[in-house]
Parts: sequence; C-alpha cells; structure tokens
Amino acid sequence: MDFNFTEEQTMIRDSLARLIKDQYDFDTRRKVVASKDGWRPEMWAQFAELGLLAAPFSEEDGGLGGGPIDAMVVMEEFGKGLVVEPFLQTVVIAGGFLKAGTDAQKQEHIAALVSGERVFAFAYAEPKGRYNLADLETTASKDGSGWKISGHKAVVIGAPWASHLIVTARTSGGRRDAKGVGVFIVPKDAKGVTTRDYPTVDGRRASEVYFDNVTVGADAVIGDPSDSLGLVENVTDQAIAALCAEACGAMKVANAQTVDYSKTRKQFGTPIGKFQVLQHRMADMFIEHEQSISMTYMATLKLDEDDVTRKKAASAAKVRIGQAGRFVGQQSIQIHGGMGMTDELAIGHYFKRLTMIDSEFGNVDHHLKRYTELSATDMAVAAE
Amino acid sequence: MNLEFSPEEIAFRDEVRTFIRDNYPKELMGLGNREDLTREQFLAWHKILGKKGWSAPAWPKKYGGTGWTSTQRYIWSEENARVDAMMPLPFGVSMVGPVIYTFGDEEQKARHLPGILAGDVWWAQGYSEPGAGSDLASLKTTAVRDGDHYILNGQKTWTTLAQHADWGFFLCRTDPSAKAQEGISFILVDMKTPGIEVRPIKLIDGTHEVNETWLTDVRVPVENLVGKENEGWTYAKFLLAHERSGIAGVARSKRGVERLRSIASQETMDGTPLIRTDEFARKISQLEIDLTALEFTELRTLASEAAGKGPGPESSILKIKGTEIQQRLTELTLEAVGNYGAPYARGMDNFGVNEVGVGPDYSNFSADNYFNMRKTSIYGGSNEIQRNIISKMILGL
Repeated sequence: MDFNFTEEQTMIRDSLARLIKDQYDFDTRRKVVASKDGWRPEMWAQFAELGLLAAPFSEEDGGLGGGPIDAMVVMEEFGKGLVVEPFLQTVVIAGGFLKAGTDAQKQEHIAALVSGERVFAFAYAEPKGRYNLADLETTASKDGSGWKISGHKAVVIGAPWASHLIVTARTSGGRRDAKGVGVFIVPKDAKGVTTRDYPTVDGRRASEVYFDNVTVGADAVIGDPSDSLGLVENVTDQAIAALCAEACGAMKVANAQTVDYSKTRKQFGTPIGKFQVLQHRMADMFIEHEQSISMTYMATLKLDEDDVTRKKAASAAKVRIGQAGRFVGQQSIQIHGGMGMTDELAIGHYFKRLTMIDSEFGNVDHHLKRYTELSATDMAVAAE
Repeated sequence: MNLEFSPEEIAFRDEVRTFIRDNYPKELMGLGNREDLTREQFLAWHKILGKKGWSAPAWPKKYGGTGWTSTQRYIWSEENARVDAMMPLPFGVSMVGPVIYTFGDEEQKARHLPGILAGDVWWAQGYSEPGAGSDLASLKTTAVRDGDHYILNGQKTWTTLAQHADWGFFLCRTDPSAKAQEGISFILVDMKTPGIEVRPIKLIDGTHEVNETWLTDVRVPVENLVGKENEGWTYAKFLLAHERSGIAGVARSKRGVERLRSIASQETMDGTPLIRTDEFARKISQLEIDLTALEFTELRTLASEAAGKGPGPESSILKIKGTEIQQRLTELTLEAVGNYGAPYARGMDNFGVNEVGVGPDYSNFSADNYFNMRKTSIYGGSNEIQRNIISKMILGL
C-alpha cells in the first residue's frame, strides 16, 4: 500500500498549478467564460505542451505512461482554478474509450488528441434517460457495412468546443435493456449532426445534439456494438473518479476562501471566525474535504479491480463527495453572508460548480441506490 | 500510489492470521466489545501478545514496539477484528506508555514499560474531575511538595475500570498561582498507596465501567513525576493525540457492519428481509460508505505518520468520524432488532439476568450497546472539543 505521488505526478501538479496561477486567475476566467467561445484554445495548446493530455496514456499508445492517478492530479488542479477546458471529456472519457479501441482507432485518434488538435465530448445523456446509461432512445441501425444514427442527446458538456463526439446508441433490444448498447465516434461535422449550443450555470458550454440519419463507417464503432454497456460503465466510473478529484480541488479553495473571509469580516466588533458556531461549521467543512480526498484516492485506486468492486467504489465516492460538495458549497455561501450571494466574488462560482458536479454522472440518490443494489449482488455471490 | 499488498505483506497477513487462530483464547470468543469482564479476561490476549512482542505495534522498536509499517499495522487490526479480538486496553499501551518513553527518565522507562508491554500492570487515567471535563485545564487536584514526596488531594472522575488498576497517571496542580495550563504536572501513582479510594459509578447500560477516584493525603515519591514539574499539560495533550489516532476503530466497525447485515437479513418487515427494504438497505449503505471514507482517511494518516510525522491535529477527524460511526452502528443494530431491543439482558439485581433466551441471540445487549456508545463522542476530548482543535490548530481561527 502506498499513498505517495511519483516525481512525474508532482511535476505535473506543480507546473499546472503555476500555469493556472499565472494565466487562469478568477478575473481572466470570468472574461473567458463570458466570451463568445467560452474557452481558450490557446490554453488547451499549453496543456498539450505541458504533456497533460498525454499523461494518462500508455507509452505504446503515444502517451507518457501514466494513468488514472495522473488524471486525478490534473483534475484536482482544474477544480482549484475552476478550469472549464474539457480535459475530463477529451482525455479521461474519450481516452478511456480509445484505450478499448482497435489499433487503427488508436492510431487515428490518440496522437491528434494528445497534440491538442482533436477535442471530444461525450454524448450519452438523453432528455428522458436521467442517469441510466442504458436508457437510450437514440438508435444506431446497420447501414451497409456502417451504421446510421438517429436521436437527441442532452446537455453534452463541451460539445460546442468538440471536433468529435463519443455517442452511445441502442443497436438492439428495448429502451432500458442492458444488451444492445453501442458506442460510436462521430465527427461533429458529419452530415446530419445539428446542435443547439448554450452556456451552463457553472461557466461551461454544452449542446443539445441532434442526429438525423447520421451515417458512419464500421470503423466508428468502439467495442462490441451489441454489448458495450459494460465499457460505458467502466469509462463512466473513470470519469466519476476524475470528477471527484475536481470536486476536491474546488472544496479546498472554497474552504480556504471561507476561512480567510471569516478572519477579516467583523461583526459585533470581532472577526466572525471567532464565533464557535462558525468555527465548528468550518471544522466540519474541513472534515468533509479531507474525507472527499480519501474517497477520491479510494475510487481512483480501485478502477482496475473487478467490476463490482470498481462500481461500488465509484458510487461510494460519488455519494460521499456529492454530500460533501453540497455541505461545503452551501456553508461557504452562508459564512460569506450577503457577499457570498454576489457574482463578483469567486466563492459563488465554486458553489455553482460543486452543485453541478453532484448531478453529473448520477447524483447522491442515484449512486446510493446503485451501491445498495451492488451490495445485494455481492451478498448473493458470497452466499453461493 | 497503489492499494496492493506486496508478497511480504501477504506473508505477514498469513502469519498473523495463523497466530491469532492458534493463540486467541477460545473462552474470549464473542466477548470482544464488552465492558463487564474480569481482569483476567481483559488481560488474557494482551499477555499472549506481550510474550510474542506484539502488544504495542505503534511503539518505537527500541522500546518494545514491533517496527511494523503502517500497512502491517493495518493488516494487524484487520486480522484481529476478524475474530472480534479483545485488544489490549488503551490506558497503558496507547496512553501512558508513549508519554513515559517520550518524556520519562530512564528509570521510569525501565520500571514501567515492561509491565505495560506484558499486560501485567493495569493503568488508570486520572484526568477528568467533577468540575473539569471539557475544560480539563481547570482541574483542582493538588500535588504539594513535601520533602521527597508529593501529597495529592482531590477528586478524579470517569476513571475507567480503575477497580482493576495497579497504577494510575494523574494530572495534578503543582503551581496554584500559575495560569490554568501552566501549573499542571503529570504524576504516576501506585493505586495501592494509602488515601486512594475508588468508588463505582453505574452507567445507563447497567455496567460498572467507570469510577470516582478520591485522593486524600496520598504520598507519592517525587521520582514519579514525569518530565518537568508544571509542564504536564504538554504531556497531557500529547497523550490525547496518541489516544485519538487509535480511536477510529475501523476494523471493528467493519465487523459491526457485517453483523448488522446479517441481523437485517434475518429480521423481516411485512415478510421481506429488512435488508431488502429500500429504507434500511440505504441506511446500511450510507454507513458503509462513511466507514470507507474513514478507513481511507486513517490509511492516509498512518502513511503520513510512517513518513515521520507524529499524530497531529488531523487525528481529531478520526476521533469525530470514528465515534459517529460506532454510534450509528449500534443505533442501526438496535433499530434492526425491533421489539427485542427491550429485554434487559444484563438484568437487574432483584430479577437476575435475561442473557439467554428471550429474543434472538443477536438482539442481546443491542440497546445496552447503543446506550453505552453514547460515551464515545464525550470521552477523549468531546467531539466539540475536537472541532475546537481543528479550528485552532489547522484552520488558525
């Protein structure tokens, strides 16, 4: 057992932290988020240059030989800086799928991804599917040697910035069947893809994406087109672990800003941080953050274990961090008082990001249910 | 970063598992977490571990510790929890021992450490007083120098299991004119010294677990002062930090969750096992998730201790969360057994005991355990005091 970071991981953290400090201060972020594009491709190019985009890929796939821990390090720093660029979607998610792809697919996509030229978004959610990854009305039907995709994908984060989409679609079976889920790589400029782009409440951009008989070749399929729900769940759990790391970064800063504020804000002639009721609240916020770090490590380190262990770990982390993020976010605002309600201060923006992280890839209720069902499976297996 | 056990660690796990299987006293099986045992029962496993050299894994090797890594210590507590083993009581091994080897003189080390390791000497903690609970530094028990003795006078309370104790460590005021924290000394006292009276306090779960300890003109040789006179507060705080780091009780709580699952599989509601009902199943899930968070927080703490840092204020997290989980576990267990939480297994003097036969075996003591565990968020520095520690020491408020 070992909880130390490698030298490379520490280097990634330090250089990324420096870059964010120099070029991603809160005022700059505010301007970028409000700009027409909503992100900075030149920032993305710098991430590529730093090796961030290559870090989690194996060397034979053209990466730097890291893995989920490297992604965790990056995501935590992104959380601290409220970075909007789509590392999660491109490197963790598309990267996760590509690792399961054919050699040809790896060749086609990984180098372009790592260099920063190809950006991905993950079109999995649907208007009525909520958090069920198998609840798909989008269909992919055989079309010669390739496939024809039709449907509507909801709130596809980062889609306005993406060149390519990873799309889940039903290739057979009923609407929520576990069997019959396929995964496809679709260039966003493919004929029949239309989008409605919009900003999100936490400073990112997203799209509703419509597929109208979009045709793709057989080489667009990742994994088994008739049975890829397992792959989707696996990659989603990787995304959950990374998202948890982002939440940890955001909580760290929210707590630090709140503690600082309580030391300077005076009421009744004394800094409000001297009041025990607020001290205990902030002690609880600190504990929530520490426990979130622990759960992020746990989920990240269990990504390679068997399916049930991995899923339980990801759900447990998502439950705990959903709860922690809500507590830290709400109490940060509360302790900042009226100032916490203003758009001017950063704290409200950390609150908003933490709020959205809870519902991304399943909220507390969803994952508590998933964990409970998996525990029942576990017990049934143990009883056999 | 990784969670894997090395081949050496797996071999170590097998070694301790075999040792526990072959040596854990059969007559202690199932008595793991009880407060009403005999002195011999309390000490039996401790003595066996003492002979093996495994009674104080956290101590430095040169004082009789095992020199185990944090991972080995984790394996050790997991393996003991598998059989619900009665671990050595904390008063010697986790509390006064580290104070003696850190601040005591050579004579004190030679005199006291072997007895603590072997489980031959039982220690009691003389900290709290009727007027000094969370505000421990307001304690009034005095130690007045008289030639080569101190004369102790005062009253201590909540002295856990002092009815069995051979020795005690007492916080006494040696300089009444100094500010609260500055005039306190840490003194070792032979409990057989004339003038010490231990009176039982009966608790809400019916046990005699704690006592009042009255000190009247108790003459203690000055060589029993640990460290420097009037600097006892530093040692007292050091002791509390050590106590906290072992307090999480993760491995034992994991066993408790398994036991709770088993009870909830046997109890039914409208014909459905309790564990198949959404409400109760999710309560267990939430408990297990919170326990996982605690487990990994403890692992991180152990790892940073292994890297050379002593137990710091972070151990307050372990105390708060560990005790909350222990309490929730007993609360859910009581909830799970339903009506059969009511029979008073321990019984009352005029009625005898109900220990066998009223409800299912697993329901025995479920209410008593729940009542008893309310102590955990109060002792060792209440959980509110832990939050004070975090806000002062870590957040700088």
